[in-house]
Amino acid sequence: MDGAGSTVAVHAARPDLLAFATRHRATLAAVAVLVFPALLPFKAVAADVLVYGLFALGFNLVYGYLGLLSFGHAALFGGGAYACGIVFTRFGVPWWAAVGAGVAGGAVIAAVIGALAIRTRGIYFAMVTLALAQCVYYAAYEAEGWTGGENGLRGVDVSAITLGPWHVDFVNPLTRVYVIAAFVVVALFAVSRVLASPFGAAMEAVRENEARARACGFDVRATRWLAFVLSGAVCGLAGALHALTIGIVPVETLTYTTSGLVVMMTLLGGMGTYFGPFIGAAVFLLLENLVSLWTVHWQLVVGLAFIACVLFFPRGVWGTLLAGLRR
Amino acid sequence: MTGDAILRAEGITCRFGRFTALRDVSASFPRGALTAVIGPNGAGKSTFFNILSGSIPPTEGRVVYEGRDLARTPQHRYARLGIAKSFQITTVFPSLSVAECVRVACQALVSRYDIWRPRARLTALDDEAAALLDTVGLWDKRARPAGLLAHGEQRALEIAMALAARPRLLLLDEPTAGMSPEETRAMMQLILRLARERTVVLVEHKMKLVMGISDRVLVLHHGEVLAEGTPADIRGDATVRRVYLGQRDAA
Ligand SMILES: Nc1ncnc2c1ncn2[C@@H]1O[C@H](COP(=O)(O)OP(=O)(O)OP(=O)(O)O)[C@@H](O)[C@H]1O
Ligand SMILES: [Mg+2]
Repeated sequence: MDGAGSTVAVHAARPDLLAFATRHRATLAAVAVLVFPALLPFKAVAADVLVYGLFALGFNLVYGYLGLLSFGHAALFGGGAYACGIVFTRFGVPWWAAVGAGVAGGAVIAAVIGALAIRTRGIYFAMVTLALAQCVYYAAYEAEGWTGGENGLRGVDVSAITLGPWHVDFVNPLTRVYVIAAFVVVALFAVSRVLASPFGAAMEAVRENEARARACGFDVRATRWLAFVLSGAVCGLAGALHALTIGIVPVETLTYTTSGLVVMMTLLGGMGTYFGPFIGAAVFLLLENLVSLWTVHWQLVVGLAFIACVLFFPRGVWGTLLAGLRR
Repeated sequence: MTGDAILRAEGITCRFGRFTALRDVSASFPRGALTAVIGPNGAGKSTFFNILSGSIPPTEGRVVYEGRDLARTPQHRYARLGIAKSFQITTVFPSLSVAECVRVACQALVSRYDIWRPRARLTALDDEAAALLDTVGLWDKRARPAGLLAHGEQRALEIAMALAARPRLLLLDEPTAGMSPEETRAMMQLILRLARERTVVLVEHKMKLVMGISDRVLVLHHGEVLAEGTPADIRGDATVRRVYLGQRDAA
């Protein structure tokens, strides 16, 4: 389940088990995603882990695979959530179409932010994406008629869903988690596929050395932009699922703390690894839930755990584990 | 001399603020020949190289490749036009394997935006990459991360990546910079071999290195063309000798 996903005779040098895991990373990740909600006592946390794990997976496309640190991913996540919520509450489209609208919403906002931000890199990229995401936040805050303003967009209530002959009770926490998990599994396969595609290689080339990538014939800006849009589609899906899970889109979804959260989760899990972001989201949310049971100062504890992780395991939980196995 | 030139520089001037790095430099590079651009440190060789290869635009003048003005051609198009280069500062993809570096470089010619098909299915690229690794003598190192190669090996890898574009014109900026004498000799052999099949422009500041292998030599000094001709012409040129005499690396 590693990041490189390279194909040329490299894996021969690695242990067989790891080569196997790399080849079947999407299947293994899907199994993990389907098994863990059953093991977890609190289903609400399970839904959060899936949603934020998916968000981090999408964010990592830009951060881990393209090498650009975005501080504006809240706009893609929140954009997806609002797109889903608005078409559902205002236009009464079926729930699955609303999910599709969330994917499209995330991608469209990413297309605009990406077009403006990809000219810059490093700290400037982080600042430009942050500023543009703040614009999206204020727009949502002001456009009360559409978004509900500071009260958030209420009424994204799905109580039962029908899929052909099946009627699924969406209020039951466990079935709800599994509906979300189904979308996450699809996204896991899609992302794995993109990473293993020729475009995935182009992204790595651009990350590794921009000048050489350009000399090879890759259009660095176009590559970055497309990766950003794909990231937006995945994060938009995560946002849409979030809206369906909690039945409301709080305007806080668009604040920079959401952008910061996904950076932390990805770092915690391991940037540039396929499944690391998911692990990071799970570790973060479980830690938050457990620690908040015995102290109100849970943020302090989680913060310290994060700092310790960055200092002592800069590759993140998952990245460190993979590096250990590889040795 | 402009008869069959694959590449021509016409009246190139390049200023950085008030400083003029190149002043009205014109030169033409005959097809199939190995042309060396030499000059002491700071002569403007890399600046000239970067303009020829499209990395920076000239302040004045133009670069014409195969009769086509390159002014409006974005840099990433150069590879597909048949122009490849290696920089003075080595550029490889450090955390990718050596084989993957070359494979990606080959891929750039055929597939850049396909987000769905598995890249492993482009098997022709693996063969192409293998052949290139063989050419530069890195086949044994193919599974290593490129960033862990020795300096000389990274330079060879960079050339393999440049060759992946199947260039008709190969531009090299000090390919032997920082190399040991053995590595330098091997690199010169390689360049000589590559020059049999394509046009090569070689930037170098060690005059002695290029005299034996180049067909033509262009001497830059303080941003201007000091002399141009065959190695024999240049060796006999009094001004060139004067410029190079004060230099440590002259011999
Ligand atoms: N981006 C830049 N801004 C300002 N000055 C520059 C820039 N690039 C190069 N110069 C100056 O232009 C002059 C020529 O530099 P250039 O790198 O072309 O020399 P060179 O002949 O390649 O030297 P070397 O043998 O050391 O590689 C130098 O004086 C250098 O300081
Ligand atoms: Mg130079």
